[in-house]
Amino acid sequence: MNWQWFHRLGSPRWFYEKTTVWLPWLMLSAWGLLLIGGIWGLGFAPEDVKQRNSFRILYIHAPVAYISMSCYYIMAISGAVGLIWKMKLPFMVMKACAPIGLGLTIVVLATGSIWGKPTWGTWWEWDARLTSYLILSFLYLGAIALQQAFQNRDTADKASAILALVGTVNIPIIYKSVDWWYTLHQPATLKIVGKSTIDPSMLYPLFVMIIGFYLFFTLVLILHTRTEILRRESRTQWVKELVLANNSGKGEGASS
Amino acid sequence: MKFQFDSLADFMHMDGHGVFVWTAYGLVYGILIYLTVSPLIQKKNFLKQQKKWQQIQKDSSNL
Amino acid sequence: MANSSLASSLFWATFKRDLILAFRHKGDMVNPLVFFLIAITMIPLALGPEKAVLMRIAPGIIWVMALLATLLSLDSLFRSDFDDGSLEQLLIAPYPLTLSVMAKILVHWLATGLPLTLMAPVLGVMLSLPASAFAALCYSLLLGTAAMSLIGAVGAALTVSLRKGGVLISLIVMPLYIPILIFGASAVQTAALGEAYKMQLAVLGAGLAIALLLAPLAAAGALRVSVNG
Repeated sequence: MNWQWFHRLGSPRWFYEKTTVWLPWLMLSAWGLLLIGGIWGLGFAPEDVKQRNSFRILYIHAPVAYISMSCYYIMAISGAVGLIWKMKLPFMVMKACAPIGLGLTIVVLATGSIWGKPTWGTWWEWDARLTSYLILSFLYLGAIALQQAFQNRDTADKASAILALVGTVNIPIIYKSVDWWYTLHQPATLKIVGKSTIDPSMLYPLFVMIIGFYLFFTLVLILHTRTEILRRESRTQWVKELVLANNSGKGEGASS
Repeated sequence: MKFQFDSLADFMHMDGHGVFVWTAYGLVYGILIYLTVSPLIQKKNFLKQQKKWQQIQKDSSNL
Repeated sequence: MANSSLASSLFWATFKRDLILAFRHKGDMVNPLVFFLIAITMIPLALGPEKAVLMRIAPGIIWVMALLATLLSLDSLFRSDFDDGSLEQLLIAPYPLTLSVMAKILVHWLATGLPLTLMAPVLGVMLSLPASAFAALCYSLLLGTAAMSLIGAVGAALTVSLRKGGVLISLIVMPLYIPILIFGASAVQTAALGEAYKMQLAVLGAGLAIALLLAPLAAAGALRVSVNG
């Protein structure tokens, strides 16, 4: 079987040139959906019977939570691909995932906390979901710290990939343990984070936001990867030509 | 589908929950903007820095 | 068979060497134990000497401190071998690295985890741990410290080439320790309430089994990355 396409996928230059074409569309569609969904959720979706208007935070809280978890798996899978096939590009994607994931996780924790105060009267609650999610943010922190610690880029990449994979094995274990721990210590009062049935008129803006956020994640991941590509491949001819073209295009003259 | 609020002031106030909702949305969109813009700025800085470097190399080879 | 006896002799050779080295540096072995003791002592100083309060928190506190003491000891797992070049020798030797790693982890546990486990009952007395919980304390720590040595080895292997690897190890290993902590502390807590704790021990045992299978492999891979980097 001709695997050439797969190995071409691993070329940073190919990725950079291909994404240059996609980028405007991706930017438009992602931000378009995010703005439409945001305004829809803020102003046009009905308010919740119990939670009134603070329910609107769902539209920015839940989708970000989903992509923050997908981000971790993308990070781990890229790491695995890079380790197994010894390709450069997957490691660059993996490196881009860590700070994005951390930013998203912090936002989820913050918006969840802000949502919790008017709705359930508390900024924080040590229930299974919140606690496991907090631990996910620690995993991201560890990944970033490990990446920054190495001088040698190859070592940093491979070590980070190993850590990401070890973390992946642990995520379900951590979740199950914390879930079990919470049922053990569950207070006598009602469960704080309960599921409520959602009216369809509330679901549509949520879908828009979920799609918008996944597009956004793709956009941002590509943007960060491209910058990483330029940095790492700065000695190659095609990047040098890119710099030249970019700078002469600014009308500063080819020589001075 | 109709606009849920009677006035812009109402929209901001959100029956008392305005602070929470708007802070949350502001935070999220703030981070989204940051995540979108920061790699672009980094790229611009990279190109600027590389241009300087190329200039230095050209000058030194012209000596 | 020649191969298996070769493998086992390599294992025991590494084991013996590391054990002798560990006992030469008794100070390194004692440090985590002293930390354990002093840290536990801080708890009543911070929270008051009321026995009722101490009794309630003893299971969790002892477990947390044991975990922290283990974390402290991880940095030295591979470091001295890395510094004097013998780790590199192990890597290029024509023997399975996983075996040598397992031997080192075993020595680490014997020198750190086991003493912690043996010392724990004393600390239990200091914190007014109910009598029914002492057995659970020892069993859970026995299983848990072994799992922690195994998982911690992966973190130590990833950071062995870094100068300031110490704090970083804690950061990357602690989330992985959380399931062990949950079930270990729960075993002691449940026993303190007079109930059965076999389930928690079983989970700890299963965790240890998985760690035994996967951790030496991951640590060996991480060592190759770190040293060759």
